[in-house]
Amino acid sequence: MAVITLFGVAVVVFCLLRVVPGDPVAMMVGPAASAADIAALRAHYGLDGPLPLQFLTWLKAALVGDFGTSITRHQSVLSILGAYLPATIELAFSALLVAILLGGATAVVATLLRQHRTSAAIDALNGVFLALPDFIWALILVLAFGVAVPLLPLTGRIDPSIDVPFATNFLLMESIITGRFAVAGNIAAHMAMPTLALALPLAAVIARVLRQALNEAMVQDYVLLARIKGMSELRLILHEALRNAVGPTLALTGVQATFLIGGTVVVERIFAYPGIGNLAIEAVINRDFPLIQGLVLMFGLIFILINIAVDLTVVALNPRLRHV
Amino acid sequence: MSDATFVKPAVGRRGGGSAVVKRLVRDRKVVVAGGYILLLVVLAIFAPAIAPVDPLAQDLSNAETPPVGFSGAIPDFLLGTDDLGRDVLSRAIFGARIAITVAFIAASLAAALGTLLGLLAGWYGRSIDNLVSRLVDVWMSFPAVLLSILLVAILGSGLDSVIAAIVVIDWTRFCRVVRTATMAQARMDYVTAARAIGFRRGAILVREILPNVIPVLIALLTLEMGIAVIVEAILSFVGLSVSSDTPTWGGMIAQGRQIVHEAWWVMTVPLLLLCATVIAFNQLGDGLTRALDPVLRR
Amino acid sequence: MSEVLLGVHSLSVRADGGQRILRDVSFDLAPGEVHGLVGESGAGKSTLVKVILGILPRSMVRTGGNVVYCGRDLFTLPAPAFRALLGSEIALIPQDPLTALNPGRRIDAQLTDGFRLKQRLSWRDAEARAVTLLEEVHIREPRRVMRSYPHELSGGMRQRVLIAAAFALDPKLIIADEPTTALDVTVQKQILRLIHGMQERHRTALVFVTHDLGVVAQICDTTSVMYMGKVMEQGPTERLLAAPRHPYTTALIAANPRHDRPESGLKPIPAAVIAAMRAEIAAGDANG
Repeated sequence: MAVITLFGVAVVVFCLLRVVPGDPVAMMVGPAASAADIAALRAHYGLDGPLPLQFLTWLKAALVGDFGTSITRHQSVLSILGAYLPATIELAFSALLVAILLGGATAVVATLLRQHRTSAAIDALNGVFLALPDFIWALILVLAFGVAVPLLPLTGRIDPSIDVPFATNFLLMESIITGRFAVAGNIAAHMAMPTLALALPLAAVIARVLRQALNEAMVQDYVLLARIKGMSELRLILHEALRNAVGPTLALTGVQATFLIGGTVVVERIFAYPGIGNLAIEAVINRDFPLIQGLVLMFGLIFILINIAVDLTVVALNPRLRHV
Repeated sequence: MSDATFVKPAVGRRGGGSAVVKRLVRDRKVVVAGGYILLLVVLAIFAPAIAPVDPLAQDLSNAETPPVGFSGAIPDFLLGTDDLGRDVLSRAIFGARIAITVAFIAASLAAALGTLLGLLAGWYGRSIDNLVSRLVDVWMSFPAVLLSILLVAILGSGLDSVIAAIVVIDWTRFCRVVRTATMAQARMDYVTAARAIGFRRGAILVREILPNVIPVLIALLTLEMGIAVIVEAILSFVGLSVSSDTPTWGGMIAQGRQIVHEAWWVMTVPLLLLCATVIAFNQLGDGLTRALDPVLRR
Repeated sequence: MSEVLLGVHSLSVRADGGQRILRDVSFDLAPGEVHGLVGESGAGKSTLVKVILGILPRSMVRTGGNVVYCGRDLFTLPAPAFRALLGSEIALIPQDPLTALNPGRRIDAQLTDGFRLKQRLSWRDAEARAVTLLEEVHIREPRRVMRSYPHELSGGMRQRVLIAAAFALDPKLIIADEPTTALDVTVQKQILRLIHGMQERHRTALVFVTHDLGVVAQICDTTSVMYMGKVMEQGPTERLLAAPRHPYTTALIAANPRHDRPESGLKPIPAAVIAAMRAEIAAGDANG
């Protein structure tokens, strides 16, 4: 199923890109080039021959990891993706982590205060967070922490003045593992705003769904019995209700994690963060077909992986499903 | 019990309409949100008459003037000017034109397409349902933002492309919901009764089922308008929407983002409008859901 | 009855709407004794249990009376002190074993809660104690059961686990809220014998809620017969069953199918008895 989806995505993107007006090769070489030069370039980028043949050629190469050469960057698509993907992975994972912590904490606090007036305020506030997408949060953060209280750097991934060699492109991970905490701090500061912008809408979704699930769990007999065992309210929520509420929450919000990946596109753009989202916009604007294809497939693959991961986690969390 | 399901819930019929309106008028959130949207529509339609200045008029001698209330402000430019000395207020008012146009047209078209496919899939089932469901699955496995950017890049920038991109992406929202609702309605006894009397399937779909799906649809449509406004803003921000001489909120934000340290207001004003619009559409959608929900109504 | 472990004094509860749920309920329980609360559904038995355990739903209000445990008024006790009592000195055997165990936690975790939380035992010590407990409630392969999730056990097994958990910290008082109602008839008797045996061995005082007079006859020292939240008759079980003073008790005894005379069948409570009782209750309400 996943493979079929991915194949479908590949075919659709391939066809769409070929029927577009505007010849990238002609754009690239300019009006002075001879017809022979253009033809040679076309062949070089796999843009000659009938469409199905082009697709087969491309697919054959793609299967062994060769996504062709970027028209604007003159590098192999794979190496470009390799350079940009780690930045997005680090961003997406930290956003996911922040979203889970923020959303989880909000749900637990709201459940703790469920008979108190403040819980209505929490709900109302959460409603606002639900309504506003990452794009808007990114801009609000720019104004808040970039301009009004200039605490955080507005663009990039790391201060350009920091000149330390990195072995990988997982800059944050690498600097934490190698113990260069000052560098890690600088990277984290750069990531703070894009991370938060991506995390807030997801956190709101998690908070709402988890709150609902916790409320349902808290009136169950086993929680009542645990209360009679003399457990405190917080312990009841964390130890008794939470583990039964996480499963349904994950099943309902797992798909939202894919929205987070989609959100990296525009959020990375706003903060000039060098990830594949930013790269995608650049590739689209430049009509860099091989790069666009590679990127779209990459996004498709990430989406499928997320869905599989969510399914597996849901099973792992539910003892009833785990043992059959 | 089963007798009750023979009685067709008269949602969307004249009898229920006035009660819904009454409930909406009593809902304060809905009134405020609806009032704001109405104001925005009026601003959009009469922008040339309302805007104090020509939104394209440059006045380099008065570039980056702050809004009234801040030092260095000029009363002519209530909300300040951008780096080319253009009036932010007037540009924001004209920006509402694009936002509102996209909101209404794109959301309605997406709703029409999604509803059509959802009704067909939910009512006729089998191969049509399979095809549509599979299509929705593949569609939803795409990052929406990336897809819209891709589409606009392919179609070329411009208002038509933006609308087309939103329709092509967001029809799935309507399709899924309408399909589920249709299937639920199709199981009702009144539908069986209608078939027993000898109505043709197509007639039942249009006359019996569609009216009962409409409440869900209206609420969803309102929410979709908010989404459309955002997508348009994102595309303008990236520079893939209308040409750069037409003022748009997204375009103003992109421009303001570049000069955010010198003139924060250029970005703040359209951002506030965008926030308010999205929240208003959301509140309106939620309010409509509450007012139209046949379960809550009893 | 010189020494009183649990004293319920003139307890009254009303619902939000004002209707009375409990009317002036009183009973005393000596250490190691068993008191039965009998009545049809809606008699207020469950509400009484909830008041004693401090888990009255928000839709109900206590309008009078108090509950004294070991000389301490439970309603004026600060929340932490009350929580400290729960589990270690007062425990509950719930009605429905299918919903009373947390589906997401293994039996070992749920059974050792008390040991680890209240007695601060290490996991290993707590586990050893829990295994002993499971043996005491006649669970074969206790170690396998310890590693199971609730859905892997039968209803009877789960109820045994819950009984083990209730007796875990050797409480002085256990409240059994219709502990056999949700079970198969064959299992019911085993569970009843088990609770009775455990209660005698541990010298635990027991409040036993049931709608079954046959059960009361088997294990209760004293009994209260309730109707519409009011105690109609109270006294030593033997006397109450042999020589009932209230017509309702008589009717209840007659309505109870007896295992020695199954052909006698169920006799409905006579309408005249119900009418007289309602009049009695209404008169009491008017005076109170």
